[in-house]
Parts: sequence; C-alpha cells; structure tokens
Amino acid sequence: MSTVSNHNNPEQSSSINLTEEEKKVWAILEQVADPEIPVLSIVDLGIVRSVKIATSSIPPSGGGGALITITPTYSGCPAMDMISTNIRIALSENGYPNVEIYTVLSPAWTTDWMTEQGKEKLRAYGIAPPLGKSFDQKYLEDLKVECPQCHSNNTKLISQFGSTACKALFQCNDCKEPFDYFKCH
Amino acid sequence: MSVSPNNQSTDQSIHFSTSQHINFSTTQLINYTLHLADNALILGHGNSEWTGHGPVLEQDIAISNIALDLIGQSRYLYQYAADLINQSNNPFPPVSGRPVTEDDLAYLRDVLEFKNCILVEQPNGDWAQTILRQFFFSAYQYFFYEQLKQSSDERLSAIAEKSLKETTYHLRWSGDWVIRLGDGTEDSHSRMLKAIDELWMFTGELFEIAPYDEAALQNGIGVNVKELGVLWKQKVTAVFEEATLPVPQTTTFQKGGKTGIHSEHLGFILAEMQFLQRAYPNSQW
Ligand SMILES: [Zn+2]
Repeated sequence: MSTVSNHNNPEQSSSINLTEEEKKVWAILEQVADPEIPVLSIVDLGIVRSVKIATSSIPPSGGGGALITITPTYSGCPAMDMISTNIRIALSENGYPNVEIYTVLSPAWTTDWMTEQGKEKLRAYGIAPPLGKSFDQKYLEDLKVECPQCHSNNTKLISQFGSTACKALFQCNDCKEPFDYFKCH
Repeated sequence: MSVSPNNQSTDQSIHFSTSQHINFSTTQLINYTLHLADNALILGHGNSEWTGHGPVLEQDIAISNIALDLIGQSRYLYQYAADLINQSNNPFPPVSGRPVTEDDLAYLRDVLEFKNCILVEQPNGDWAQTILRQFFFSAYQYFFYEQLKQSSDERLSAIAEKSLKETTYHLRWSGDWVIRLGDGTEDSHSRMLKAIDELWMFTGELFEIAPYDEAALQNGIGVNVKELGVLWKQKVTAVFEEATLPVPQTTTFQKGGKTGIHSEHLGFILAEMQFLQRAYPNSQW
C-alpha cells in the first residue's frame, strides 16, 4: 500500500505488520475525503491513527466490526463530526456496518504526518504544502513559501489565518496571485 | 457561534482512564477542569461576536479561527469534566436520570458557578481592546499549557499538548497586533493606552491560586500559576517595549471570577449564550 509508508507516522509505519483485512480498511479510509480540503483523504492528512478489526476482545461486538482511532487537526475543527459520519458511511458501504470511532488528542496531530502523496496533491490543488518540520519554531515570516501557480519564491505573508484554521494566506509578488499555505503545526 | 447542542459526542468518547486520581478529591479536579473550560469558552464566545464584523476580511477570519480553537478546547475540557461527574456520581442538579454532557455544563450553569477569570468576560470594546484581551490571555495560556503538558493527569496533559500548538499561533498573532497598534498611528496608540487602562486591573487574577489550584498543585496535576506571573510579565514587557507602550506599575487588581464572583458582564454573556437551552430545554438542531 503506497500511502502507508510515511516513516513519521508511528501507526502507519507498522504497515508491514498489517493483516489483509486491516489493509482493506485502510484502503477504504483512503477514499474518505477531508470535507474542507476534498483533494486530500483523511489518511493523507494523518487524521486516522489506527485501525483494528473487531474481535471477541476488541469492540464493537457483532459481525463486520472495526475500531477506528482518529485525531483532530485543530481543537475547533468543525469538520470532525462530519469526518466521523463519513467514515461510518464508507465502511458501512464496504461491509463494516459496525464501527466504533475513538478520538485521541495525544500525540497531538502534526503536519509531519501528512503523506508525501498528500503534499503533492495539495500543490496540484493550488495550496502550498507545509514546509519543514513542526518542531522548527520558525516564524512564518522567515519562510520561503513557493507560489503554487508560478513556482516563484518571491512571496509574502498576508495573514497567519487563512480560510480554515490549518491555512495561512500568502500572495505571490511575481504573478500577484493570492494562495493558501498549509501551516506547519 | 457556540457549542452546538446536538454534539453529544456519543461516538467520539475520548479514551483514557481516570483511575489514577485515587488520592485527589474528584470535586476539586472537576472544579479545576471547569475553570479551564470556562476561560476558553467565554473568551471564545466573545471573539466569535467579531465574525462578520472584523476590521478587514483577513482579521475577521483570524479572530473567528481563534474563537473556534478556544471553543474546541473548552469542549475537550467540558467532556472531561462531564466524564468525571458521571464516574464519581458527583451531583449536577440540572440533570437527572441521564449522564451529564459537555453541553449541560456550558448551558445549564449560572453566573456563580462559572469559574473563568474576570479578564475573559470583559467586553470586546474596539479592536484594540479585543486584541489586548487576547494577548494578555494567550501569553498566560501559553505558559500555562506548557506546564500543564507535564501534568500527571493524562487527559489534562493531552488537552494541553494539543491546545499549546494553537495558543502559540494566538500569542504570535495578538502580539504582532499589539505592536502594530501601539507603534502605529496616534489614534491606534491612544486606543491601546485606553485598552491597557481598561484591562490591566484584571490581569492579576490570572496568577491567583484558588482552592482547586492548590489541590491540583499538591497532587502533581495542576500548574503553579503564581510562578507563571514572572514569565508572563517578561513576555508582556518585551512586546510592550516594541509597541512603545508603558507597562503599568499598579499592583491593585480586581479578582473573584475564579471563585464565582464575576463582573456584571458575565450575566449578559450567559443570558445570550444560554437563551435557547433555557427557553426550550433539551432542544437540539
Ligand atoms: Zn506566483
């Protein structure tokens, strides 16, 4: 499975040890889009932390069960309830009507968990992907964010908060287009 | 914008044990958690009133995002307080015959039961006053969460870890605005001076130790807020210097909010925020 290879993601890094059925569920979850950035799946974003197939010792009981652990990107992310609903719908349509969803806060979500494939999709969609690692406490002003339209590095920060909590607003000094930058977090 | 009444989080029950609090009065832990939740909710609610009214579109979006972060943080904290109440059978009189939810705690408590600091219930005023209120609070919350991350209570520690990332952005944003307005035009500078006059007297309470702080501290769960005052003052002084603003020398502060003695403003905030649940109990959308 190509997207389950990001070594920064502790849960996904154990992909070698996934059972066939767990791989199948991960593949279903890769089809669940983020409601705010539909070009990314919730797996690309690193929102899905783990997948367990229900057994006699793992809830929920009853057939066709799966236990999904997710983590929110931002505390106030209004999409989390919708994401849970979409996970249920996708799994239910694919043979898992019996789904339990847990939310964990720690370790806190970081853009370091975004897959390389996710970053490519963002760029193609016109959003500059996060630069560097979240533990580099660099000020946004120091960043050289590349314009996703013309690839110039001559860009400037307009606002630290963009159209959603996870983005900042930049403008390209060359092609003059404003664009979103997915903030390091 | 407020916590929507139908988000009862039935399928997102956060997954932790609380068995570790054997020696710690659950009532004090509930009070401690409610205090943190109330701070975040009341400030988030105030900020949310700017949505659609910000001075420019980008800053309207910024303050709305900060409101969302704070209300989101308050939800985690209320969910935790609700779990503690349910597990310990602590009474919560407005609710009987079913488990207490995060929404009950936000909508069905009155002024005297709210434990937020008086600073966060101060009116939005003009943009300068909103900015300064946010900056004072974010500077406090940043150092607070940094230490709460070390809490022996895993759920509070996880909430702090998550929230600290957001607060880092809030502090940076509000600090930049304090500098921009303070070191800006004659008008913006004088508005900042007026905001300092209005708000400074409420900052001392952030570092007052309430009985639940004391209990949490003794059990390795809480933060010594008294010690945070030094870090906070350093941060405020550095930003004020760059903003060409004076740091007031007064040491007389208004307090009481942490133990339920509030300014007249909180009643108006709750009247508006809780109206729907009070007029139409248990209504959902
Ligand atoms: Zn460009």
